Amino acid sequence: MAELLQYLFAGLTSGAIYALAGLGFAIIYNASHVINFAQGEFIMIGGMATATLTAAGIPLPAAILAAMILTMLVGMALEKFAIEPARNADVVTIIIITIGASIFLRGAAQVVWDKEFHALAPFSGETPIRILGATLMPQSLWVFGVSMAAIALLWWFFNRTLFGKAMLATSFNRLAAQLMGIGVKRVLLVSFALSALLGAVGGIVVTPIAFTNYEAGIMLGLKGFSAAVLGGLGNGMGAVVGGLIVGIAEALGAGYVSSAYKDAIAFVIILFVLFFMPNGLFGKKGVDRV
Amino acid sequence: MSKTNSLWTARMGGMALLAAVLALAPLGFANAYYYDVAVGALFNAIICVGLNLLIGYGGQISLGHGAFFALGAYGSAIATSRWGVPSVAAMAASAVLVGLMAFVMARPILRLKGHYLAMATLGIGMIIYIVLKTEAQWTGGPDGMGVDPLSVAGLTLATDRQWYWLSAVLLLLAVWLSLNLVQSPVGRALRAGHGAEIGAQVVGVDTSHYKVLMFVVSAVFASVVGSLFAHKNGFITPDIAGFHRSIELVTMVVLGGMASIFGAVIGAFILTVLPQMLTAFDDYEAMIFGAIMMGTMIFLPKGLLPSLILLIRKRMGGRS
Repeated sequence: MAELLQYLFAGLTSGAIYALAGLGFAIIYNASHVINFAQGEFIMIGGMATATLTAAGIPLPAAILAAMILTMLVGMALEKFAIEPARNADVVTIIIITIGASIFLRGAAQVVWDKEFHALAPFSGETPIRILGATLMPQSLWVFGVSMAAIALLWWFFNRTLFGKAMLATSFNRLAAQLMGIGVKRVLLVSFALSALLGAVGGIVVTPIAFTNYEAGIMLGLKGFSAAVLGGLGNGMGAVVGGLIVGIAEALGAGYVSSAYKDAIAFVIILFVLFFMPNGLFGKKGVDRV
Repeated sequence: MSKTNSLWTARMGGMALLAAVLALAPLGFANAYYYDVAVGALFNAIICVGLNLLIGYGGQISLGHGAFFALGAYGSAIATSRWGVPSVAAMAASAVLVGLMAFVMARPILRLKGHYLAMATLGIGMIIYIVLKTEAQWTGGPDGMGVDPLSVAGLTLATDRQWYWLSAVLLLLAVWLSLNLVQSPVGRALRAGHGAEIGAQVVGVDTSHYKVLMFVVSAVFASVVGSLFAHKNGFITPDIAGFHRSIELVTMVVLGGMASIFGAVIGAFILTVLPQMLTAFDDYEAMIFGAIMMGTMIFLPKGLLPSLILLIRKRMGGRS
């Protein structure tokens, strides 16, 4: 029982990060039908910037704020200079562009920072909390709490603010939204900024647990994508549930089956979903246009 | 009639040009290092010619071909060094196994489209990568394993020079095979599929059958080159199956020009030689590589060769 609980804690912690990454994918996908393979790099930049800034003596809150702003600017630059000019390109082309962007950002991180691993001190100490025989690190609470708060805020933004609703409208029908006077270009820019911000938040809270280096975003990004696919591409809440499921499945698999194959579990889930329920758990059924 | 004729000669002309370039290139090679890089480029070119059949003509993306390459490499490595199977037999057996595997996977995978297809192939590639990394008793794990040199009927390929000529001949063979596939009824059906899949199905073309064929052919090409690479390099690690490798291959095809066999060859050459030149920039290598990927896709979405041909046609002012 204590063992199971321990795995669940681990699963929910990493699952929260996958959920943020998956949600980031979903926001961009909704606004532009682009799968952003550089999503993991947002996580990396958020973590790296915070870790290096605090190491340079800047207080944590200021470092976090700076990291979030930096990541948002990177996201907006990506949209402006790489996605916007290729608006009408086909899927393969856009995939290559975002993969190129991810390689570029990793390269830039190597130049701006270095290839070393960077650590960040836990936000509120390292005294483990004991629950029913299992232990929980305070940082895990931070990860889970902050992620859920970010997700709740996002829900509020999309459902209760005018601009959020405009973004949703654009994702449903771009042309109609445009005709209603919604600035579709701005929606695109904001969607990249938002998902970069989500990535940064995830990177910042997870770095005290996992360390970070310039390559840390690759796996997190891919797992976020499997969360998004599992939930149904373009379904935000689906991505969140998908992320938690992937995280828990991974932790249980690593605990009970084989820790060496932990990283494979997310990909097995992707294949299973794609082969047997291609619309994911909550996705809409797609219709092909001839 | 005359049109197909001129097209035919244009393609044969392309092959003759490629053969001439391959035959003359060594004149400019100052030392063994040049041969070494050239062999790497030829290897990639062969894979890309195969992959281009799938991406360019089949309209399907694969982010997992690095894994087929790695399976060929490990198949040869394990069979030759652990069981003493002759290299050529090991290479053939690996190719057959990889082909079978691709065949079994092809139908469920190719039913998917766009992002989903990219993700499924990526998933399979990653799983194979993780298996190669984990099953250390077979593969040596992350540390990799050594591989004996290639020997054919008692002759051992030792120098980069010999490898160059072998792979040059194989590239020509691969290009010739692909040109034939593209020009065959199969190829025409496939091109119809890429343009308007449902339209092609309506007029009775079994598009999925052809896509499966292209998937298998491209996987076998990658596997054979993987075997060759293992013997040439003498040492392999699971990284050859990694995500980065698969991306590199797709980028080569797309950079050179989708649906252009010679474009794929050019793309492979550029992206193999370029990093060698970029090592001078050391830390900036990845940034430059990524920027080139993005830049080509934004400004020349059709790829280098087709864009170049288009430019030349425009310059000629439609006289042809």
